Amino acid sequence: MNSLFPSIVSRSQSSGLMNFFVPIISIVLTLITGSIIFVLLGFDPFYALYTFFISPISSTYGISELFVKATPLALIAIGLSYCFKNNIYNIGAEGQLTMGAIFGGGIGILFHDTNAFWLLPLMIFGGAIGGALWGLIPAILKTKFNTNEILTSLMLVYVALYILDYLVVGPWKDPFGYSFPKSRPFSESGRMPLLFDGLRVHFGLIITLFLIFVSWFIFSKTIFGFQLKVSGYSPKAARYAGFNQTTLVFFAFAICGAFAGIAGLAEVSGPIGLLYRDISPNYGFTAIIVAFLGRLHPIGIIFASLVIALTYLGAEDAQLFLQIPSAVGFIFQGLVLFYLLGAELLINYKLTYKKLL
Amino acid sequence: MNFDLILGILQIVLIATTPLVFAGIGELVTEKSGVLNLGVEGMMLVGAVSAFIILVITGSYFLAFFVSIISGIIMSGLFAFLVLFLMSNQIATGLALTIFGIGLSSMLGKQYIGTPIDGLSPWFFVIFSFLIVFLVSYFFYKTKAGLILRAVGESHNSAHALGYSVIKIRFLSILFGGSMCALAGSYISICYAPMWQEGMTAGRGWIALALVVFATWKPERVLIGAYIFGGVTILQMNLQALGLRFPGQFFSMAPYVATIIVLVLISSNKLRIKLSAPASLTIPFYKGR
Repeated sequence: MNSLFPSIVSRSQSSGLMNFFVPIISIVLTLITGSIIFVLLGFDPFYALYTFFISPISSTYGISELFVKATPLALIAIGLSYCFKNNIYNIGAEGQLTMGAIFGGGIGILFHDTNAFWLLPLMIFGGAIGGALWGLIPAILKTKFNTNEILTSLMLVYVALYILDYLVVGPWKDPFGYSFPKSRPFSESGRMPLLFDGLRVHFGLIITLFLIFVSWFIFSKTIFGFQLKVSGYSPKAARYAGFNQTTLVFFAFAICGAFAGIAGLAEVSGPIGLLYRDISPNYGFTAIIVAFLGRLHPIGIIFASLVIALTYLGAEDAQLFLQIPSAVGFIFQGLVLFYLLGAELLINYKLTYKKLL
Repeated sequence: MNFDLILGILQIVLIATTPLVFAGIGELVTEKSGVLNLGVEGMMLVGAVSAFIILVITGSYFLAFFVSIISGIIMSGLFAFLVLFLMSNQIATGLALTIFGIGLSSMLGKQYIGTPIDGLSPWFFVIFSFLIVFLVSYFFYKTKAGLILRAVGESHNSAHALGYSVIKIRFLSILFGGSMCALAGSYISICYAPMWQEGMTAGRGWIALALVVFATWKPERVLIGAYIFGGVTILQMNLQALGLRFPGQFFSMAPYVATIIVLVLISSNKLRIKLSAPASLTIPFYKGR
């Protein structure tokens, strides 16, 4: 006879199979919980799930929107994985995104009546610099002053948002904008080229895929990627091997900040076309979920960004057709992360039923 | 400056700082047992919205605070289950709790935005916040149970070897933290504001987390830290009201910049942090076979 409850036994080696299945298990469990929530709210669960997850992507336009939302999520998430692989908890990507939009967008405003091929590359460069500089602040505070990066990077999000707010209601306000809190529109050559006529999916997607490929190369083929991984698994081993932890922290924050900054610039020069207050629906925070759901792996992050982007679209449709507040999207995002973290147990431990007799 | 003005400002500082004290002291107890819960902001929001909804429906302040504290216990219980029994990463789980809490509170509170309520006088809670800090301090340093809780946070293996249930003690500490965060949230939506608005805690949960570091994990210092932060916040509001020729956004970011500066000043002494932080903080406890 076996005991009623399973007991948790440590695995000698983490399970590669489970590493693959855990994200899928967590998505399935989230869908089940989601249907229960819909039933509690008094909706037909199948119709609600259809409205949330199928109907948003049942048209070409919908699929294009999915990629528009997935682009910043995937780009920030791959940047975050440089930090998370090394157990650096940068949760301020939203601020780095905002600073990238300010630096890159600032260039766009400065050259608002210039049409030249060099404008967009310069703006992208500016976005990367802005994000990287903002990311380096917590890196310096962590390495020089031993200050916890979780709290500093998060506080800097609020600071960056207030700076953006100051700029768009103050010095950068559109002189012809009827005192709305927004900047001048960028010139045509300061906009991300659209990939298809009539669809909003833009060149930022190509940049994202390129940077994901570069990151895959760095993670799997270079010493730097190896150092990141080792110091994440075992800081002691990394120190013994002579890896410079300070340098790793600086690079991880700078790269993550630069990627988030490019994502921010791609948003303002892509779908938006100018600077205003609410440039990001929490992409910087949601990308944390994408990074974990994608298990910090480039391919995983691509799939995870599509899944999480769908929760954004689904939440919009649910609000439109079912009158469910769009915040339900955040609930799904929180749930998927809960299940993922809970199910991670299966990677390093196994459940066994002890024999009682 | 006349006496009345100073008294008035003092009153506002007391009223504004109280939620920081509640959330800070709750998180401090959780961290003392060796668990870092980054879900403070999420638990505060859910506490705030559930108190508000219950007050609108029943009209009873007692029920509002009671249900709010239950909601904090449920939220933190979810977190506790994941980090204690499934040994999940505490940092990521806390973030998930905050994201979940933001979503849940906005969804539940959607139809209550702008509903008017009669606010409750804050003074009972202001006094209670001082009381709870001294109670926690007494508990930690004068009682056996407090000593055990601190032992679990310093070295869970030793505490386990002495026969104490690490999981049970951590579970209770997390639940205490959750109920204090919910109380902080309900104080904001019922006494301080009094209204419901999405994301109305405005980062106070994160400042509460910073307070614990500022306090170097000592209860009375949470009070000192909270009043410094509360003072800065009220000062910037007053300077702004005086109409200084300086953009308002720079005043609004002052509390966050102050938090960063204070954290840097406290943490730059590496030894002090190492000696005061609970040694098992964020390390999961696995009993083994």
